[in-house]
Amino acid sequence: MNKQPGTRGLIFNEPQLWDKSRKGRCAVSLPRADVKRCQLDASLVGESPELPQLSELDVVRHYTRLSQWNFGVDSGMYPLGSCTMKYNPKTNEVQAARQGFASAHPLAGDEFSQGALKLMYDLEHLLGEITGFPAVTLQPAAGAHGELAGMLIIHAYHAKKGKQRTKIIIPDTAHGTNPASASLCGYESINIKSGEKGILEPATVAAVMDEDTAGIMITNPNTLGLFEENIKEICEIVHAKGGLVYGDGANMNAIMGIVKPGHLGIDVLHLNLHKTFSTPHGGGGPGSGPVGVSKELIPFLPVPRIEKDLTRYRFVTECPDTIGRMHTFYGHFGIMVRAYAYILSMGGKGLHRASQLAVLNANYIKESLKDTLNLPYDRPCMHECVFNDKHQQVFHVTTMDMAKRLLDYGFHPPTVYFPLVVDAAFMVEPTETESKENIDQFIDAVKAIVQEAQETPELLKKAPLLTKVTRLDEVGAARKPCLRG
Amino acid sequence: MKEISDLNFSENVKYTKDHEWAKLNKDIVTIGLSDYAQDQLGEIVFVELPEVGDIFTKGDEFGSVESVKAVSEVYLPISGEVVEINGALEDNPELVNEDCYEGGWLIRLKPDNLLELDDLMDKAAYLDMLKG
Repeated sequence: MNKQPGTRGLIFNEPQLWDKSRKGRCAVSLPRADVKRCQLDASLVGESPELPQLSELDVVRHYTRLSQWNFGVDSGMYPLGSCTMKYNPKTNEVQAARQGFASAHPLAGDEFSQGALKLMYDLEHLLGEITGFPAVTLQPAAGAHGELAGMLIIHAYHAKKGKQRTKIIIPDTAHGTNPASASLCGYESINIKSGEKGILEPATVAAVMDEDTAGIMITNPNTLGLFEENIKEICEIVHAKGGLVYGDGANMNAIMGIVKPGHLGIDVLHLNLHKTFSTPHGGGGPGSGPVGVSKELIPFLPVPRIEKDLTRYRFVTECPDTIGRMHTFYGHFGIMVRAYAYILSMGGKGLHRASQLAVLNANYIKESLKDTLNLPYDRPCMHECVFNDKHQQVFHVTTMDMAKRLLDYGFHPPTVYFPLVVDAAFMVEPTETESKENIDQFIDAVKAIVQEAQETPELLKKAPLLTKVTRLDEVGAARKPCLRG
Repeated sequence: MKEISDLNFSENVKYTKDHEWAKLNKDIVTIGLSDYAQDQLGEIVFVELPEVGDIFTKGDEFGSVESVKAVSEVYLPISGEVVEINGALEDNPELVNEDCYEGGWLIRLKPDNLLELDDLMDKAAYLDMLKG
């Protein structure tokens, strides 16, 4: 077996800044003021805020040590299924830090923000080209917020048609946030089951689709990492009853340059710039969840929209059917700069290749591990593959134990216990940014852990052993949460 | 998770295909989760129950049970009005894991129609279903 990335190492304890504070300690000695003192208005004078007093070195060590406790995609492979934890290229950060972008002020007005507006306008059109939609809004702050924007658009569409509908169809392979987004719009979720092949059967949709149903929310590729092959037929069934199709584009990383959701019959789709388009994810956010719509739904998009007249860009708010604002100002602009930088760096061919490699990597893992872990749906997958712990149950070892043990080998655990359609799921998404060598190391680590499950199951119950904190009492934390420090 | 042979199935209750149990005592029916259900769910950390006075129809979702793995809905085996809920579960949800047929009961119901109990499974039929 190759040498694994996880090993022992010295990690520093680090107290809170308050505990390190000493009176009078500071980072920088300011020169004595060389202007005359002047008396402040008494109403403005009060106690100074209490802040920790620390030297520069104290502060640098504090944050350096905290960063060493972390596991990020810059430190190791992060195969968190359905999250597309791809590498965030550093050029994205360089472009976003350019003074013209970083110092742009949201109240500066159109005439002083032409560069920023051009970037947003162009990004909308690039995302429209990738997804096959004539218009895109960049406003939503993240994926679930994009879903909500999309559902509000569907709601507004039915209201405009004169008859509101009450239900939304959601398959068991959709993202977990879908029912929440539908409920926030006042819709009742009608849950349907996927077929034996792990994808939706048109007949299942036809059986529940009626004229009280506003539409369907489909994640494609779905959370089993499978492409919904009947998507066109399903869209036709929903459209025939006057419904709309919401596409959850969180898994777009599998199909860039290969399939355009707008061409399949999908009416509204959100993207996650922090997944597919390489902007920071999780704690490194914020996210961004642009929404693309079909021609018929353009009037309902959030305002302000960006329009171009000859050579100038401007914000437009006069849209009578709009669902209104989804965010203060214009969304997370710094994230848009990063995604724009990524799309231009990659180009159309590069994005196509990225999707091909993401799918190839996932299939490579699926084939390499399907004799090691149980694979409930053994068919070609897209960008992720879903195993479970069926073969390890006899040793009383669970998905959770194996996931925790992966930390000791130097890998972030995959997504576990989701999607719910697979019992005790172990969902791996390598993304295109991991090399074959890294993926082989991951495969070796999983094989070694499965061997351990058989030989030393008690070891896995205690894992992780090499991390700064070992196995946490998650049950105790949930039953008796300690909500104050 | 345990083998089915290691689980405990009370003789004195009736089971549903969704793994709830119902037990008639005088004219009140107590409802809970089977040992199989609690074992599948794993360590339970929160139980959400209805309010006394709520009225449900057989098959309705009347609450949810949250484990470290997932949140699962629970469904009513029979129709009726909630007359009591197990308040002990608020602070001690683990009772469902530890004592699912006694201390870990969920709700008590005044049934609309006792004949609905006849549609439920006895221990033997439930075991047959589990063994598939």
